[in-house]
Amino acid sequence: MLDGAVGLAQQRAIELLVRYAEALGADRFVDTNNVAGVPGSSSLYVQKYFEQHASASDYEAVFSLYDLDSPDVVSIPHAQANCCHLQGGLDPNHWTEQGMTREALDHQLADEAELNRRGVRVLKTCTPYLAGNVPVKGEHCAWMESSAVVYCNSVIGARTNTEGRESTSAAMLTGKIPDWGFHRDDYRYGTHHIQVETPVESVMDWGMLGYFIGDVVQENIPVVTGRIAQADPLRHKHFGAAAASSGGVEMYHMVGVTPEAGTLEMAFGPRRPVATIKYGPVERRKVYETLNSNGTNPNVDYVMLGCPHASIEQIAAIARLLEGHGIQVPLWLFTSRSVKSIADLQGLTKTIEASGALVMTDTCSAIARAVPKGTRVVALDSAKQVHYLPAIVGIEAWFGTTEDCVNAALSGRWTGELR
Amino acid sequence: MSATTIAGKKIVLRGRKVVGGCAEGEALVTREHISGWGGIDPMTGTIIETRHELRGTSFKDKVLVFPGAKGSSGWSNAFHMTRLSNSAPRAMIFNQMTTKIALGAVVTHAPAVTDLDQDPLTIIATGDWVKVDGDRGVVEVTKKGL
Repeated sequence: MLDGAVGLAQQRAIELLVRYAEALGADRFVDTNNVAGVPGSSSLYVQKYFEQHASASDYEAVFSLYDLDSPDVVSIPHAQANCCHLQGGLDPNHWTEQGMTREALDHQLADEAELNRRGVRVLKTCTPYLAGNVPVKGEHCAWMESSAVVYCNSVIGARTNTEGRESTSAAMLTGKIPDWGFHRDDYRYGTHHIQVETPVESVMDWGMLGYFIGDVVQENIPVVTGRIAQADPLRHKHFGAAAASSGGVEMYHMVGVTPEAGTLEMAFGPRRPVATIKYGPVERRKVYETLNSNGTNPNVDYVMLGCPHASIEQIAAIARLLEGHGIQVPLWLFTSRSVKSIADLQGLTKTIEASGALVMTDTCSAIARAVPKGTRVVALDSAKQVHYLPAIVGIEAWFGTTEDCVNAALSGRWTGELR
Repeated sequence: MSATTIAGKKIVLRGRKVVGGCAEGEALVTREHISGWGGIDPMTGTIIETRHELRGTSFKDKVLVFPGAKGSSGWSNAFHMTRLSNSAPRAMIFNQMTTKIALGAVVTHAPAVTDLDQDPLTIIATGDWVKVDGDRGVVEVTKKGL
């Protein structure tokens, strides 16, 4: 591949992967046939940059010069490995509400046509595992999106590092990724023991525990034991997303729950825990206060749900809370196209939108940097979104249950508290 | 080597190449990990993470000295963008290797080194003049005048 015999694009892609592997200190690649990235998709800024600084700014130019960090523009072939596209920058149906321009929409639609032509599955979600891309245990993947990476490693037991835009685009063309980190057995064992001494059952509690653990272990590998219950994809989604935001958790073990943690001994393997940390009522209260430290004004003017993208049971629950009511302030609920199609069929989208709320796809407020005009205070049910959104768009945020957030949309007031 | 060194004295640290090339500049040091996407403004190189000790400070044209990367997989993309907007650090020195930082350093094109024989977070202070030789993995620190 390095000599260009397979093709120029593959040569440029493997050149980038070699530089990346050298930086890591990896001396070989693994083969991968499951790539999740954002291949060749660009913001208008990136497109215009290459329009000014290079001879071309079309899809192939952005893919070459930006994704592959190539010195020249090369022809980009069909994907060589199974590849899906993660979240994008705007909702193709509700882009005007998001404050996007027709130019941005047209640019996104043009990028999508290029992706479809190359066999990339345009899932447009941060939760590919809820939208049809579920690898098997032990499968080598090349995924980006920190909340999907932690789910892939921990819940499924497949193997991926937190890849980036450039490495996933290169993997799409080569089917290779550096053999480093989570691809290797010895890297996957636990480092810290977290003992949960207060009941963690609700989605909000799973999210708060994840946020606590990420802050404590940073990018290490926690092993969780104790009073954690009702494990399901939804709870893991919120736990992992939170842990990957407050820290850089890419894998966790829950003893008796996750596939590489049948026992405590299995989870730690040859390692001894570097620390044992308790999570009790005091720690729980402290996380809640941390997540609410951005909120002072009880007058909420925006509610955002669906971070990471809502599952169908979350949409059903929100529809039940909104049914027969009208909202006072905008409520945007984000999900994947795939899950929304089920919600449409079940009449849930109609129920939600009858209240004045919107069901959106493809993106979220943080990724799109899009909130309703004039927003000063947002209500959120996601620790991850609380971590990012106030910093990205400069607003206050409240954190609570989905019900607290829906109540805020119905009344315009924040009344959530820790129960 | 004690951290209490005489102003103007040169200290040499040795480690390994992450990205080649040579650059020098004023150090910006943080003991906190840096988040890429959502943690920095790629148009100005400013740290924006709400609870970060460097919030509001830009690393543009500095030699960035930090423990490592954290957060979103958009790390490489955010630092890649700082190169396009001319807001990238001149060089990077860090302790903890991750895929985020490895890829981010590669596409930022700034000389970068890691695995130094002494802890750069202890030896280097903000304002020191730092020369990074990425290919040789050598860092030369001139302490700021007192």
